[in-house]
Amino acid sequence: MKVIKIDKKKWAEGLNKLRAAYQLIGPVKKDTYHDFQVLDKDQLPDFDFLNTRMSPKSIAFPQSEVMLQYSLDEAKEDHHIMKEVQKDASPRAVFGIRPCDAKALMLVKLNFDTSDYKDPYWIQAYEASTLIGMACDNPSSTCFCTSTGCGPYNEEGLDVLMVDIGDHYLAKIISKKGEELLEKAGWKTSADDPSLIEKKKSQSEAKITSAVETKNLKDKTILDLYEAPFWEDISFSCLNCGTCTYVCPTCWCFDIQDEAHGKKGVRMRNWDSCMFPLFTLHTTGHNPRETKVHRVRQRFMHKLKYFMDKYDKGIMCVGCGRCIRLCPVNIDIRTVCDKMNNFKASC
Amino acid sequence: MINPYVPYPVRIDDIQIATEDKSLKTFKFVFLNKSDEEKFAYKAGQFAELSIPGKGEIPIGIASSPVEKGFVMFTVFKAGVVTSHLHNMKVGDIMGIRGPLGNWYPWDILEGKNIFIIGGGFAFTTLRSSIVYMLDPANRKKFGTIDVVYGARTPGMLLYKDELIAWGKRDDIRMHLTIDREAPDWKYHVGMGPNIAEKVGPKGDDNTYAIACGPPIMIKFTLPVLEKLGFSHDHIILSLENRMKCGIGMCGRCNIGKELVCKDGPVFTLAEINQTPREY
Repeated sequence: MKVIKIDKKKWAEGLNKLRAAYQLIGPVKKDTYHDFQVLDKDQLPDFDFLNTRMSPKSIAFPQSEVMLQYSLDEAKEDHHIMKEVQKDASPRAVFGIRPCDAKALMLVKLNFDTSDYKDPYWIQAYEASTLIGMACDNPSSTCFCTSTGCGPYNEEGLDVLMVDIGDHYLAKIISKKGEELLEKAGWKTSADDPSLIEKKKSQSEAKITSAVETKNLKDKTILDLYEAPFWEDISFSCLNCGTCTYVCPTCWCFDIQDEAHGKKGVRMRNWDSCMFPLFTLHTTGHNPRETKVHRVRQRFMHKLKYFMDKYDKGIMCVGCGRCIRLCPVNIDIRTVCDKMNNFKASC
Repeated sequence: MINPYVPYPVRIDDIQIATEDKSLKTFKFVFLNKSDEEKFAYKAGQFAELSIPGKGEIPIGIASSPVEKGFVMFTVFKAGVVTSHLHNMKVGDIMGIRGPLGNWYPWDILEGKNIFIIGGGFAFTTLRSSIVYMLDPANRKKFGTIDVVYGARTPGMLLYKDELIAWGKRDDIRMHLTIDREAPDWKYHVGMGPNIAEKVGPKGDDNTYAIACGPPIMIKFTLPVLEKLGFSHDHIILSLENRMKCGIGMCGRCNIGKELVCKDGPVFTLAEINQTPREY
């Protein structure tokens, strides 16, 4: 595959050329952390981070978005008829997305783009995006992507993979979409030594020493794992704060709510979380996941077992480590995964 | 791309109080756009999201039958925000219906078989849909015997009473109505549904399927009865309920294990449910 060399001196110039054709999105430093946002005119993405605090899943799945709109004014002919909101489907370029987060979007796609139903909001936004990844050279201690079927130079879901070589970037073209973007930016110089990427890749992979073992999960039954004795222990300290689900790049659960003011209203979707009791509460007051043991178990079982059994695409975790870093009570998915993987049901 | 979140606009065509305590009402809807009725082609056992602009959506089993044309019907218990609002709406009001959603009773498998239906309280909606479907002159010969045990607290709490009595007079369906306690002028069974089912139910065999729908307590006592009658777990069909939002398998809350009640269900055999965590 073709590799382009981008001189850092030509970086800003190329980005400025792209602004005519794309909305630019990239990581920006905010206080003590980085997050993705739409870049202002002349603003450059800042790559001086290990990973962003929030994942970039909101590119296709905003925390809150309007789905439908309607009028409640009975004087109007179309009152109480719900209509699709037209969304901006213009091209956007996302810079600096980590390979783990790009792979996560591929996993989330399995939920929103199915043979039975298509979620038009997610699919339109995803398809409008060109993803320019930034390979990881300094993985953090909580990164375990190499054992989740991903890696610091993983290309799945990306259109271009960029590698920082000091005074220049190497940009590996992965898709047609990516090739077009590089052309539009005017970055055309072929790299003299594309093998540098492979070299740096092995160096980076070697730095990732943290890992999960998942090979036994497939053969265990859902019910054996569900009834395993360790869930009480694992969930003991959990506050059900939902942080893990909000920062997770593969968590996709959402709520749908109507908001009406005066004679106008919208139907919204908002991120939701399996950590919240209201998530599953029946109107009768009955709650099938009424205790936090149920809810914590649901989160890990979904990520590490239900997803695997349903799609046969490995676990629903890319090893980004955000939930480990940000959990206020230090619950660690690696420990949970090991417990599940090593569990032997007594018959 | 079809947007699965956009409901079909409908007009409320008729509202009937369904039970003596007025906690349930039966709504008939007609589609504002005639062509939407064809798009809404459904099978008995499916549900839909009743969608009220400004209030929200609620998943409700379809009570009308695929053989009934020109309207769709739902019987709704007044319970939360959306259903309470719906109970206050009037004929002519405009709202939305999204669906049909979920799977249905396995009609391809049920063809040629004897059917034993056990219903309780207000969970008789999709069972009504099924009975009307099976009793349709074009369909009746496709099924063997049909037994129905339907129980409620009092005679006035039975849904679709006129139809129940009319079915009771036919010779191609055996109706076994029951109420919890004696009541004046009641000439059918008295006693809990599962007990009546044990007395009058057909024997379970390869050619006989049971469909049970009712409150959790009824299901709990019905399953051992069905086992006693000889029904194997893959011949016991149940319809589950869980809190839902999207109804299309995406929002993530209604799962029991890897199965989503809204999309992989709501209809499961007991054999299937035995393989999942009982989070419903």
